[in-house]
Amino acid sequence: MSVHSAIRNPQSAISVTFTLNASPVTVEIDPADRLLDTLRYRLGLTGTKEGCGEGECGACTVYLDGLPVNSCLIPTYQVRDRSVETIESLDPGALEAFERCGATQCGACTPGVVMTAWWLHGHADLLRTHTIREVMAGNLCRCTGYDGIVDAVADSLAEKAGKGKEET
Amino acid sequence: MNVLLPASLPEALDMLARDSAAVPMAGGTDLLVHWPVRVEAHDRTYLDLSRLEELKPLTWKPDELVLGGLTTYWDVIRDNRAGREFPLLVQAARQVGAIQIQARGTWAGNIVNASPAADGVPVLMAYDATVVLESRRGREEVPLDRFYSGYKEMQRRADQLVVAIRIPRRTLSLQVFEKVGSRRAQAIAKVGLAVAHSAAGWRVVAASVAPTIRRCPALERLLESGARVWSSEDLYPAIAQDVAPIDDIRSSARYRTRVMARVLYHDLRDFWRGERRA
Repeated sequence: MSVHSAIRNPQSAISVTFTLNASPVTVEIDPADRLLDTLRYRLGLTGTKEGCGEGECGACTVYLDGLPVNSCLIPTYQVRDRSVETIESLDPGALEAFERCGATQCGACTPGVVMTAWWLHGHADLLRTHTIREVMAGNLCRCTGYDGIVDAVADSLAEKAGKGKEET
Repeated sequence: MNVLLPASLPEALDMLARDSAAVPMAGGTDLLVHWPVRVEAHDRTYLDLSRLEELKPLTWKPDELVLGGLTTYWDVIRDNRAGREFPLLVQAARQVGAIQIQARGTWAGNIVNASPAADGVPVLMAYDATVVLESRRGREEVPLDRFYSGYKEMQRRADQLVVAIRIPRRTLSLQVFEKVGSRRAQAIAKVGLAVAHSAAGWRVVAASVAPTIRRCPALERLLESGARVWSSEDLYPAIAQDVAPIDDIRSSARYRTRVMARVLYHDLRDFWRGERRA
């Protein structure tokens, strides 16, 4: 749905500058534009998907200042001067464990799932208090392929830990 | 739709004093759910709080923990001391949506959204938190257990912002948080309970069983009295005085009452049976 069509008396456009996948970007936006729409329809980054549009499913997960967030719940004006990272910024290697473990079925949830899973790589200390399932709870898979997803996350974390040992 | 973009708290309070119909927005996790398809939202003006850096940190003081007006669930989850001293804050925060919501949602936003099913409010209320409001006219403090007057009605004037939440540091001899939902994550509570006991007495706070989150004075009196209770059914008279559950999309009044009684009996069984003193 175009968010523009719903606006009767829009404030004039706002100019928003932020860091997108490590590069500065400036866009003229309507105050009602959601970050999800700005990314997909203004900036052409269609890797980020819209699932529910109300913060339940996590398909639209991006990093905002390094934390996973639902881009459907963020007005674009709130990311001014902040850092946004999308699935397009990830190393293609982030997907290897998912392929190996058969952790993707229809694929609609996969970009969001991979974003949260990859974030966990940088925050593995979280697993002292959280299970993989709790960390991944904000990413729903309508194919219900959760075991494969959890296996892939565990597998990629183990692989990373193994590599770390080899390097030291 | 319009948006006001203040760079500091004084600027935000000025803007709110001039346009008190403006809707303050912190993490937006509640407001964006209906964005922007709801017709009445089109002419609305939002006040973006996201740049008010001074409201973000949580602060430990000798006798209290102060959450800022923009402190998120995630800020509390990642604070080791909060996990030790106020474990219910962390338990409740971890049950708000999932990480994507916890990273954005704020405790103050949970209070002013005023959902009867809120997860953060019950534990704050069980800890005797105080809401600190500020406007151009000055500061005001309202105990959270006196903040709500009816469904979505509260002691916040339109020109006020919640700038802090003060939580007294006390020795707690018992503290429990329970959220009963359809599943563990990403669910809204059918019944929520927060119970705490300290030198200040018992606090029993219930969610999703009344138009507001509220303390349960009859249950608190029952606990203070030390009277023996031998089954969950024996709690029904006090529960009937304290709450007024309804049938709605998420559950039924009967289910809510039974679950509240059973969870409360289960959690406090040793006290009800006189086998443990608080």
